[in-house]
Amino acid sequence: MKQIFSIYRYNPDVDNKPYMKDYELEIPEGSDMMVLDAITLLKEKDPSLSFRRSCREGVCGSDGMNINGKNGLACITPLSAVPAKKIVLRPLPGLPVIRDLVIDMTQFYNQYEKIRPYLINDGKAPPAREHLQSIEEREKLDGLYECILCACCSSSCPSFWWNPDKFIGPAGLLHAYRFLIDSRDTATEERLDDLQDAYSVFRCHGIMNCVDVCPKGLNPTKAIGHIKSMLLTRAV
Amino acid sequence: MVNNAATVGRSGVHDYVLVRASAIILAFYTLYLVGFFVITPDVTFEIWQSFFSGFGTKIFTILALIALLVHAWIGVWQVLSDYIKPALLRGGLQFFFSVLLLVYLVAGLLTVWGV
Repeated sequence: MKQIFSIYRYNPDVDNKPYMKDYELEIPEGSDMMVLDAITLLKEKDPSLSFRRSCREGVCGSDGMNINGKNGLACITPLSAVPAKKIVLRPLPGLPVIRDLVIDMTQFYNQYEKIRPYLINDGKAPPAREHLQSIEEREKLDGLYECILCACCSSSCPSFWWNPDKFIGPAGLLHAYRFLIDSRDTATEERLDDLQDAYSVFRCHGIMNCVDVCPKGLNPTKAIGHIKSMLLTRAV
Repeated sequence: MVNNAATVGRSGVHDYVLVRASAIILAFYTLYLVGFFVITPDVTFEIWQSFFSGFGTKIFTILALIALLVHAWIGVWQVLSDYIKPALLRGGLQFFFSVLLLVYLVAGLLTVWGV
């Protein structure tokens, strides 16, 4: 079976502007493979094709890309899940392209850095040995800590497209809530102070593109809703 | 944290509360007007005028106009700060829409109070 791919190509050193290039790949009848395996085979034919990859099993978050109009990880998206005569691959939208499917994630990481993604503990009343959590306290982190920062969510969010320098974005906010709700973190008030402006959290209008595309099945909109509730509760 | 001066609230939380509170007032005002039309099958000028000359309707209308001002001011600021990036153009448009909304408020106040 012949599968056609249309892949976004742009090398700023030689191309004046981006263009779409068609590739053909012969896939044995009745077999399936991941999109990443397919573009790896295409790279054997055309070594100039560039994309990021690392773990090839949905853990590292390197190969986020736009597959037939929807962001996802190429390594865990089977070709059978995108049944189309022509599979269109583009870089994640909204972030600057370095080359082909490789994007510059600086703005994404800057927003992640803003939320201080680490435990802050004032050291008062230190435990004798270690900071223990009850089962209930630990359960609150489920659905939050699994984020692999692939940027599929933030780059599918119009609010992040328009204000990537001011709106934290769904990935950053999911992590922000992960630390806000952590029983071992004592900087809740300071974290909320940093988020109460009109952009950081409140640019989220709950359209749920992030939930739709998250390859790990997480729900950033729900976490953002919890942050808004925390901000409102302490404001009224 | 991002600071801004062109919106109404002092913070994102303040804006969020103002938008929702004003939306509640506008929703109730809409229901009030719809209710008037439902229970009044034949609306003549005299009935329309006597409805708006009532003290309660005047107060409610003015409240709805103020709610509209606040709601639209924040909404317009959010749309402009999403889509219009040049600061001078954004500021100019924000000024234009803010003045327009204030004109609506004053025109509404004078109209309602003149009935």
